[in-house]
Amino acid sequence: MITAPISVPEREHYLNASYGLKSWLLTKDHKRIALLYLATITFFFFLGGLFAVMIRLELLTPEGDMVQSETYNKLFTMHGVNMVFFFLLPAIPAVLGNFLVPLMIGARDLAFPKLNLASWYIFTIGGLFTLYALLSGGVDTGWTFYTPYSTTYSNSFVIATAVGIFIAGFSSILTGLNFIVTIHRMRAPGLTWFRLPLFIWSHYAASLIMVLGTPVIAVTILLLAAERAFHIGIFDPALGGDPVLFQHLFWFYSHPAVYIMILPAMAVISELVAASARKRVYGYEFVAYASVAIAVFGFLVWGHHMFVSGQSVYAGLVFSVLSYLVAVPSAVKVFNWTATLHKGSIALETPMLYTFGFIGLFTIGGMTGLFLAALGLDVHVHDTYFVVAHFHYVMVGGTIMAYLGGLHYWWPKMTGRMYPEILAKLAALTVFIGFNLTFFPQFILGYLGMPRRYHAYPEEFQVLNVMSTAGASVLAVGYLLPMCYFIWSLRYGKVAADNPWGAVGLEWQTLSPPPVENFDEIPTVTHEAYDYVSLPNGSVTPKKEAHVR
Amino acid sequence: MSAEAHGAVFHAPRGHQFDTAEQQKDASTLGMWIFLVTEIMFFGGLFCCYLVYRWLYPAAFAAASHHLDVALGGFNTAALICSSLTMVLAVNASQHGKRGALIAFLILTILLGGVFLGVKAVEWHHKFVDHHVPGPSFLFEGPDARQAQLFFSLYFVMTGLHALHMVIGIGLLTVLTVQAKRGKFTPEYNTPVDMCGLYWHFVDLIWIFLFPLLYLIDRHAK
Repeated sequence: MITAPISVPEREHYLNASYGLKSWLLTKDHKRIALLYLATITFFFFLGGLFAVMIRLELLTPEGDMVQSETYNKLFTMHGVNMVFFFLLPAIPAVLGNFLVPLMIGARDLAFPKLNLASWYIFTIGGLFTLYALLSGGVDTGWTFYTPYSTTYSNSFVIATAVGIFIAGFSSILTGLNFIVTIHRMRAPGLTWFRLPLFIWSHYAASLIMVLGTPVIAVTILLLAAERAFHIGIFDPALGGDPVLFQHLFWFYSHPAVYIMILPAMAVISELVAASARKRVYGYEFVAYASVAIAVFGFLVWGHHMFVSGQSVYAGLVFSVLSYLVAVPSAVKVFNWTATLHKGSIALETPMLYTFGFIGLFTIGGMTGLFLAALGLDVHVHDTYFVVAHFHYVMVGGTIMAYLGGLHYWWPKMTGRMYPEILAKLAALTVFIGFNLTFFPQFILGYLGMPRRYHAYPEEFQVLNVMSTAGASVLAVGYLLPMCYFIWSLRYGKVAADNPWGAVGLEWQTLSPPPVENFDEIPTVTHEAYDYVSLPNGSVTPKKEAHVR
Repeated sequence: MSAEAHGAVFHAPRGHQFDTAEQQKDASTLGMWIFLVTEIMFFGGLFCCYLVYRWLYPAAFAAASHHLDVALGGFNTAALICSSLTMVLAVNASQHGKRGALIAFLILTILLGGVFLGVKAVEWHHKFVDHHVPGPSFLFEGPDARQAQLFFSLYFVMTGLHALHMVIGIGLLTVLTVQAKRGKFTPEYNTPVDMCGLYWHFVDLIWIFLFPLLYLIDRHAK
């Protein structure tokens, strides 16, 4: 290996093609916009995390001794709002999806680059509104904004937060629209639908939900704000309005929104499983269709959030059955991933550790979802820590695990640098241990009857709560570590090869980091996705051979 | 294959991400249709609220809808349908490179849209005068005053959001008119006219649903 002489100019790529703040703030390059999103959502992630830390500290002791109940209400609300709307929803689509969708389909950019930049600005403005609400005193309604508390009784900054979420919703709509058009119209020659990586299928399904669901929450939030500002009566029982209608409209979006969060995570896992096992994903077509099935069924199950809200028994029955149905395509995916790993030559690098974490934790999260979809059991554990543990297993154990795994896997492509492997494995292990220590005790707490959203609790729950808080601090370390070594690697990381994992897939056929227009020449696709049989060494560079720059 | 090498062949300003002008137009059209789907879902939430309350309080809604002016509403419906026609003619003119006709039809569409908004403003004004605006000063004769207020809440939210879409549409058409004057559109490149046309028709269509729902249902009852 020759060391490149200093005088040779560095190859031009998307990161060094232009310099200065303006070149970033006015960029139309999907790769740079992905990095803008990465910075923004990382901020919101740690902000949301800060609230989580305060919640866990308060729950260290049975007495409400650190904060008052009003403050506690604001803490869990701001934790939920931050994490759901400003981290989980955009995390994988807006960062990894933005970066990878054009690369994976062999396009020079998304179909609408200006719209893509606009959606980042819209997202950021929405986030600033929410920050404003937070700095002015916060919101205490819970992230669900149930009426009539949110419209009539709450003395906090509901409208500012609602406006922030309303605005951020448009960024989600525009991202989804951009992905759908790009996937339909911008695929490289030869890249048929059934040659697409499963990452694309899942993002397509998630985009459908963004486009179909988000407008409904937008109009719901608008009505909520109008109700609060002008008392127009839509959700006010005093005028014949129906607060449960708000819940219907809210969950019509917010349940499918769960699939906006998990489908892109499944997208990442499909890629990671195939690359680590060096095999085609078992039952490719089924996994592809399962993504679409999840998106479709996802729109038919919202009523399972309202089993105890006074909807009719028959509605409850139907929603319960449909909720069971959504488990089928999810289970298809889990089984097919494990079948892919069967007899694969598995490389246990960091992304794969996160993948194992995802598969296990998502399975627990999904299974406990089935418990909750059962009408009888739901009445018992509704609004307890069982529910909290369930959705954190899906959202944190699922989405964030996949997000971190994907970030490690594509980091060399995004930055041209490798992360430190040993430290990364350590962090993955820390996250896994911390996560389980935080949330597994909450299943037991919930089953024993500890309700959510209270800042004080009976003394017999303390041991499990102390375990949970201890786990949260471990988890915090696990999340801070990657942030530190990722930043470190930008300067000191080993220079990455174009295809460090020896993976197939168009994104690995171009350089690391990719040139501004992604490919020197648009590739023609002749193989199905994950064809490790015909392309045993990946596509371009053999493993562990760094490019001379 | 370089994007710039082919660029000169087309009159269209083409994004670097597209291979051909046709691909660009396809993408824009698909994007616009998807955007309209999101709009349908947006208004769908409102229609859903309307449906629920109409079903819960049919008498109150029928009584309240009698206070809307069918003549003005009908006139507005006609104005909007005419504006859809002029919009189609504008798109057609742009496809045939008739700049004068394009500008004329765009201005006509804007005027008809303006007429609609003017009449709508008059109708809203009547509601203010008659104390039919939801809130502390709301007054309604009859047994269902509370639920009638719900009707007027929906009336203002739905027609208000529709009017907002009209205002945006008129803004877009104004930009198009200026661009058409500068000769931006040719038979090869008229995607923006086409897309604004789709949007304009969509906004009309929303009104075609709003008008019977708010003004006409149960009109014959009394």
